Amino acid sequence: MLESLIQNIINALQWGSFYALIALGYTLVYGVLTLINFAHGDVFMVGAYIAFFVATFCLTVLGLPGWVALILVIPLTMILTSLVGVTLERIAYRPLRKKGAHRLYVVITALMCGLILEHANLAIFGASRKAFPALIEVQVYNIGGVTFTNLKIAVIVTAFLVFLFLHWVVTKTRIGMAMRAISYDKFAVPLMGIPLDQIIVFTFILGSGFAGLAGLLFAMSYPVLEPYMGALIGWKAFIAAVVGGIGDIRGAFVGGFLLGAVEIMVVAFFPSTFRDLISFTVLLAILTWKPTGLVGIAQTTKI
Amino acid sequence: MAQTQVETDNAPVLEIRGLTQRFGGLTAVNDFNVKLMPGELSGLIGPNGAGKTTVFNLVSGFYQPSEGQILIDGVPTAGLKPHKVTALGVARTFQNIRLWNDMTVLDNIRVAQHYRLGYGLFHAVARSKHYQEREQEIAQEAAELLEVFDLQRFANEFPKNLPYGTQRKLEIARALSSHPKLLLLDEPAAGLNSADIKELIRLVRWIHGKFDVTIWMIEHHMDVMMELCTQIKVIDFGQTIAEGDPDKVRNDPAVMTAYLGDDVI
Amino acid sequence: MLQRYSVHLTLALSGGLLVYLADQEYLSLYTMSVLMFMGVNVILSASLNLVNGYMGEFSCGHAGFMCVGAYVSSLLGVWLFAKDKVFGAALLNPEYALYAFPFVILAGGVAAALAGLLVAVPSYKTRGDYLAIITIAANYIIISAIENIGAIGGSRGFMGMKRLVNSMEDIIELPWMPIWVFIFTVFSIWLIRRYVSSTFGKGVSAICQDEVAAEIMSVNTNKMKTITFMLSSGLAGIAGGLFAYILGYVNPGSFNIMKSTEVLVMVYLGGMGSLTGSVLSAILFTFMLEGFRFIIPLANDFAHQVHLIPDGYDISPVWRWVLIPLLLIVLMQFRPEGIMGNRELGDIFPRLKKFYRFK
Repeated sequence: MLESLIQNIINALQWGSFYALIALGYTLVYGVLTLINFAHGDVFMVGAYIAFFVATFCLTVLGLPGWVALILVIPLTMILTSLVGVTLERIAYRPLRKKGAHRLYVVITALMCGLILEHANLAIFGASRKAFPALIEVQVYNIGGVTFTNLKIAVIVTAFLVFLFLHWVVTKTRIGMAMRAISYDKFAVPLMGIPLDQIIVFTFILGSGFAGLAGLLFAMSYPVLEPYMGALIGWKAFIAAVVGGIGDIRGAFVGGFLLGAVEIMVVAFFPSTFRDLISFTVLLAILTWKPTGLVGIAQTTKI
Repeated sequence: MAQTQVETDNAPVLEIRGLTQRFGGLTAVNDFNVKLMPGELSGLIGPNGAGKTTVFNLVSGFYQPSEGQILIDGVPTAGLKPHKVTALGVARTFQNIRLWNDMTVLDNIRVAQHYRLGYGLFHAVARSKHYQEREQEIAQEAAELLEVFDLQRFANEFPKNLPYGTQRKLEIARALSSHPKLLLLDEPAAGLNSADIKELIRLVRWIHGKFDVTIWMIEHHMDVMMELCTQIKVIDFGQTIAEGDPDKVRNDPAVMTAYLGDDVI
Repeated sequence: MLQRYSVHLTLALSGGLLVYLADQEYLSLYTMSVLMFMGVNVILSASLNLVNGYMGEFSCGHAGFMCVGAYVSSLLGVWLFAKDKVFGAALLNPEYALYAFPFVILAGGVAAALAGLLVAVPSYKTRGDYLAIITIAANYIIISAIENIGAIGGSRGFMGMKRLVNSMEDIIELPWMPIWVFIFTVFSIWLIRRYVSSTFGKGVSAICQDEVAAEIMSVNTNKMKTITFMLSSGLAGIAGGLFAYILGYVNPGSFNIMKSTEVLVMVYLGGMGSLTGSVLSAILFTFMLEGFRFIIPLANDFAHQVHLIPDGYDISPVWRWVLIPLLLIVLMQFRPEGIMGNRELGDIFPRLKKFYRFK
């Protein structure tokens, strides 16, 4: 009983880590721009594909050993994925923003960008799934009936490190303070001499970079890639971000781990087809109870 | 506490008893009492953050009080949503103008009669005779109101395109279109220049005479208050610190202290 | 006098023409189905515009309500009028199918309207992006719920509606589906237009523009939100019912977020709070969707002929879903407020106002 509980907790932490890593991209962009970047789930997918190509290149063309390849793949994936995110910002979102379009038009554009990423991938690489090469040897540990792999632990540890890093960035660095300042008042910030566009680009770099990292880790854990892999997980991560309290790094992690936990628990007790039904119902109930999320501050209307 | 207004034996339009409002640890309004008699034109002043707008928000039902009672024409408003309070006869304007900017001026006036449209979805869709009669009456009334306020030439404009002073005027007209017994004006002179302010004083006095309405206003421009109000109540930190006619309030040491600080006197 | 009724006349004539063409089989089955889907899309985009445009909320789960309507009217119709392996023999004589059909569709609409409460009630306290999540979650919940009901086919879907369509045509030999789609499309637009142009319905715009002012100026915001959400989801349910009977088959997968996204795109492409914009964009979007079906193979043949691409390679029809979003992004860059903004056709061509009051 205890073993299965611990086993489930480990699984939940691993799933939650993926959700959290993706959710933080939503939350960072939302915090700064109040833009729901619906393309973010697909940026995660692109990250996984980039990791796939970089890894294959390192292993087969360069003939590097797996661990060397991994050391190269991590930064390269993050950099290339963040380029994708920044490109979206530059060509699709920024011009609209500068034209003063209604916020929701930017959201719709983001949705369209997501569709383009998905289907361009499908059109170029076909519907066949890609098998991600093994970069490190997966070790299975079994302690007292609880099994876990080095990969699972790595995923969970990474998520926590990323959280600490981002928390540090947002609370302690100048650029993090500028990010928070923008979320309070977008109009006053440029007047204070803070370069708005640079901060926004930095936000997209952070969000997409970590989505790329999540893509890499996901591909290593579940080494089958397909173009739609980012869509559902992206929507779910977004919901997790909101349930946690969107615009807040802590919220993304709280929401991500919560969603991971709920899903693993549902699967443990119900048929797996009930997973979405029950987890979404739980999320809906939480949002009805606390409309601005678990760590979010209640909205106040001032008149 | 000095009891004013004893000569009329009418029931008060607004009666507030022991009103207290707390936000977390902050007491924004503390044991506030007031009685407004029909036809009164009275003022509420106090330094910034004294809790004036909170009182208005409580009266219009936007907040539910932590303690105390608010009676409109003798009817307690506890638990009523703002639209119900409006239906009881309270209308207000806002510190920062809150018109519906993408709706024509005429529609702004019409929609403010929402509670007494007297028809619902069915009539609206069926365009029944009842609907047509009511729409005609509403349109008629709105047009008349605009004419009275000399705004008819803007009827099909959007409020956001009107000058600031006209927007203030329109907001007052919109408030009146809901046929209030009590009109709350929340800093109507804010953002107006001195010519506009003179115009506003005339307007408020004229409204007070023409529409059978009790007016209660918050204003920082003392000259406006001194000129218009017969009764003024001063609050600071949610507490009533003085009340009476303008002259009395003007010379009250507590008011001086509240506005200017201890060491001035 | 003629001017006043010109719109009604035009509608009646074009409807009659459509039925005539369909009846005489001048239009291919494919063309007919495209036209019918156009009607369904018009209902969908106009009804979502009620919430997203007029009321200023951001509902992203419209397909969920469509799903409720589709399933309820399919199940009800098949249960009542067709022999089916789930329900057994028809409950009523299929001869009545024709007369009962509109009620079957309306019943789907009513069920969807009730499902709309799932979103309407949270909207009392929440708005904006938080409400958007609730709508997405509602969409997923509805689909997952149906996927988990094995008795009606679960994720495999449900069919048998064609039998009902056939029995309608047995009674009176006319192309009934196009007729019903036409009628319900006109009905939906008529309903929405009358709602939003009444002073009562303008309370919805007031909520959009300043909810606090609306509530304080005596608009019962909760009631208006409930009515608007229910009306919107109810119409989506009607669209769903028609969709199901056109296809003769429903499965939960066709009402996922992707479908909701399509509807969202139609609304914002047309312009928030513009009814004619919604109609135009639904028509345009359907054309685009179908047009690329032909353009891509044509482009492929052409590219092969001029040896632009190697012989072994074909342009995949999937590019449609790259080109359409791309086109929409470009469109939005040029018109960041949608085709019509918040204006109606009459604002752009004032002469049309002679024939029709748009607002």
